[in-house]
Amino acid sequence: MIRIQEEDFDPGAEIERLVAGNRKVGGVASFIGLVRDEAGGARVGAMTLEHYAGMTEKELERIDAEAHKRWPLEASLIIHRHGRLAPGERIVLVVTASAHRQAAFDACQFLIDWLKTRAPFWKLEDTEAGEKWVEARGADDAAAARWRED
Amino acid sequence: MKILYFAWLKSRTGVGEEELTPPESVTDVGGLIAWLRGRSPGHAKALADMDVVRVAVNQDYAGLDHPVSPDDEIALFPPVTGG
Repeated sequence: MIRIQEEDFDPGAEIERLVAGNRKVGGVASFIGLVRDEAGGARVGAMTLEHYAGMTEKELERIDAEAHKRWPLEASLIIHRHGRLAPGERIVLVVTASAHRQAAFDACQFLIDWLKTRAPFWKLEDTEAGEKWVEARGADDAAAARWRED
Repeated sequence: MKILYFAWLKSRTGVGEEELTPPESVTDVGGLIAWLRGRSPGHAKALADMDVVRVAVNQDYAGLDHPVSPDDEIALFPPVTGG
């Protein structure tokens, strides 16, 4: 399941709802991404997340389907926020549930790694030096490349 | 053809979305980019280095040799930075 929204989410409530009633689930893994208050030595006052409505949903559905193809997941959830966010605010939630922990851990990591390099979101940082579009990091490409199946 | 620009491509071209009719000689993404560069100095600057521009045709990632047609939605944007 995927969701794109401006408003905040409650990770505990989301996790409970995702696995409620499913007794096959033995392990749940989750990742929460937050806005940092610092970037390259400059203080970040806020961050605005822009996205490509339509393609974002399509791409996240695709990434989610790929995780279900690769691991025996009982359930999964991606929530990604957009709009203006302050330091400390939640940006993204990834939850994966499986019978055993390894699939849950691996799929969770896969989802956030792939999302970071494929889902069409862009971060605009509001720093003391002015507004700046965040540049993609080579480290994120490397993290995503680990999951490539050639 | 609908062309969409995101993030700094939007600020450099000065436009978020435009409805255009490229000449018939434009048949693929590469040809479209070359034609778009001629629209304004802002377009030329935004599309100068295709190493930092990603392309989607009808909301799917596409390469420079991907064909384009009049009803397509083409999006141009920098490498993504979500998560």
